[in-house]
Amino acid sequence: MTRTAPAGAPTTEPAERARPSFGQVWDRYGIIVVLLAMVALMAVIAPNFVSLSNGFNVARAVSINAVLAAGMTLVILTGGIDLSVGSIVGVAGVTSVLLWNAGSPALVAVLGGVLVGAAAGLLNGLLVAYLALPAFIVTLGALTYLRGTAYALTDGQPLIAEGELGFRLLGNGNIAAIPSPVVVMVITYVVIWFILERTTFGRHIYAVGGNVEAARLAGIKVRRVLLKVYLIAGLTAGLAGVMFSARVESGQPRAGEGYELDAIAAVVLGGTSLFGGRGRIHGTFVGALIMGVLSNGLVLMNVPFFTQLIIKGAVIIIAVALDSLKNWRSG
Amino acid sequence: MASLVAMEGITKSFGGAPALRGVDFDLRRGEVHALMGENGAGKSTLMKVLAGVHTPDSGTIRIDGEPVTISSPVEAAALGIAIIHQELNTVPDMTVAENLALGAEPRTRWGVLDRKRLLRDAEEKLARVRADIDPRLPMRQLSVGRQQMVEIARALAEDARVLVLDEPTAALSDREARQLFSLIDEMRAAGMGLVYISHRMEEVWELADRVTVFRDGRSVGTSEKAEITPERVVTQMIGRNVEDLYVHDDRSPGEVVLRVRGLTDGAGIGPVDLDLRAGEVVGMVGLIGAGRTEIARMIYGADRARGGTVELEGKVLDRRSPATSIRDGIGLLPESRKEQALFAQMSVRDNLVVSALERLSRLGVLRRGAIGDAARRQMEALRIRTPPTRAAGQLSGGNQQKVVLGRWLTVGPRVLILDEPTRGVDIGAKYEIYRIINEQVSRGVAVLVVSSDLPEALGISDRVLVVRGGRIVAELDRSEATEEAVMLHATGVAAAAEKNGGTTA
Repeated sequence: MTRTAPAGAPTTEPAERARPSFGQVWDRYGIIVVLLAMVALMAVIAPNFVSLSNGFNVARAVSINAVLAAGMTLVILTGGIDLSVGSIVGVAGVTSVLLWNAGSPALVAVLGGVLVGAAAGLLNGLLVAYLALPAFIVTLGALTYLRGTAYALTDGQPLIAEGELGFRLLGNGNIAAIPSPVVVMVITYVVIWFILERTTFGRHIYAVGGNVEAARLAGIKVRRVLLKVYLIAGLTAGLAGVMFSARVESGQPRAGEGYELDAIAAVVLGGTSLFGGRGRIHGTFVGALIMGVLSNGLVLMNVPFFTQLIIKGAVIIIAVALDSLKNWRSG
Repeated sequence: MASLVAMEGITKSFGGAPALRGVDFDLRRGEVHALMGENGAGKSTLMKVLAGVHTPDSGTIRIDGEPVTISSPVEAAALGIAIIHQELNTVPDMTVAENLALGAEPRTRWGVLDRKRLLRDAEEKLARVRADIDPRLPMRQLSVGRQQMVEIARALAEDARVLVLDEPTAALSDREARQLFSLIDEMRAAGMGLVYISHRMEEVWELADRVTVFRDGRSVGTSEKAEITPERVVTQMIGRNVEDLYVHDDRSPGEVVLRVRGLTDGAGIGPVDLDLRAGEVVGMVGLIGAGRTEIARMIYGADRARGGTVELEGKVLDRRSPATSIRDGIGLLPESRKEQALFAQMSVRDNLVVSALERLSRLGVLRRGAIGDAARRQMEALRIRTPPTRAAGQLSGGNQQKVVLGRWLTVGPRVLILDEPTRGVDIGAKYEIYRIINEQVSRGVAVLVVSSDLPEALGISDRVLVVRGGRIVAELDRSEATEEAVMLHATGVAAAAEKNGGTTA
């Protein structure tokens, strides 16, 4: 390429290539390779891993964490964090059973649980966005007071559903031969995918997470974006809580303990940067599957519970380390 | 007797761009030596070489006639060289005493921190700079001026013989500046060599024994203060050939589009009055720290104004934010592309349309066809040759700048404020950006350009506003806007001359 006249000479990018590099391919599909490798490994080690019933088991078990992780993805994409979602599962689940036991129709009980989650998320969002409090602290506080609320609502005892729980289908049962929690999970992911990829709100989430000052100067209402993101995380956590109650057909005040970490792990494993601005919802989906396969496989392999915790913790740290290595590499 | 410091033939390049092109400099005992020059002329770089922050590419440094190599700040400190940077170098959450002892904390026989001695030492060190500061206070509770005193006390405690002060009064109150000046006099009397970097002519004339002027990485000359005038210094600072890169058609500006009256942040910026007409380029020039960026950001609503009005086509705008400015038709290209404008991880396409999504969506759902078309149009107009899905952070600096500028062309504002539009871009991209500005102006957009590149600002503007101390101190027509005239106003020489003329008449 020769430059004749300096004025008007187009500046072409020299490093421009049609073929993506190995690194780019790995960034996009590496996680799926990891998942398939794990499935193959489990199939060899634990012979009953690959069976239809176990497949449904994994899917059912994964669905609640996957729904949590879907909302969490939006929060982490903005560079924030939501530690309260596990406790929201507890409060929302208890609320739905309380409403059912009080004689509400199933639909009202479900909506009630979901709305309690949304309300908790709204409060988180107000504090983070409009008082500019650190998300870590706000949601850590919420983790504690919401768990306390769940205990207070039930006097610390599990709450048995009266009669047959009207919305038990959300946790057990099948819809057209597919476990219904899996259906709920898939719908949740389609909706979140649509928000992220097809709406202005989705573009704004990436912009705020990528560069908050640039977002503000580009005319994006940053605080409104943050508020909505925490609201949605609360809402999906509420939904997960109702699914939990439906599955165990009771209100468990301890439901969801520690789930926030599994959700964060799924998001990070899925390639979303904890620094915000980069990530995809289908990555989170695969990340949640990896967490589920790992838990399920470890159980089938009769790995003691304590060791399972050690392995899961290590996986989370390795995932974050890989992410920060990626940032370090790209400069 | 040999000079305290003698630097000869110092060169230094950053990534191929020369910052120092063979500079000679010497410092005597018991003198204050002022360094002057435009932004980026090489003053601070030379002093960072002396302080071991940068290693020179070539050249020699002698201290007391002995050749030395200074490859780290620690080595510089061992040679008695200390530098007080524009950004202070203290730990805000530690106490004054702890900051003074940083790295050399006194210990008791048992190896634990000796708190009594820490305080006693601190009081002694502070007494040497005549600073009445409680050493138990956390650093962040002190004013900038007092923090600076602590830094100087630390330098003196390390037996500094050479002290470099880089724009020391930029953030000081008048009283603090006076205190600093009397301390400088004392250090000079004690035989230290002081280097004083400043844009402020009055201060230089009050303090300095000698003045060295820098231009384009070279020393233009060193003069005894008695042998030179402020006007001569300004001429030395700007005397260079300006290629005529900035040819443009004659413009005939239209009606006033933007009218700013009494705009102030209530803290040193403003009140500012200015008018922008359709189809004209107005340059806003001044020295670093004069307040140009702050004025631009306030007009856009990026920072809150505490008083004054902004009127667009006769309509007073209020409750302003970037979001409302964009809706009303005002755009700002921020000063720092990386920190304030670019979404490095987002695609070129998304970067180009992010401020126009309201128009390019229906009920919050993106109209993807329209977005693709808009992005493609801008990429063609700006001659950005890359796939629209590529991450913007992977482009060259010039193309990144074109992308963030293109964002505004997608929006299509009537007033466009450009803060340092060509900073850090190569010459080819510069031409492109000038061409884009010309194109917008010919369509009737009113453009306000902030630029530290004086030839550029004068070249592309129809008139120029000179900012000093947060206010517009002069408005110069294209015909009268020479670099010399601008610098006279920007450094305050013109104002001082006027005042003196006024009192003697």
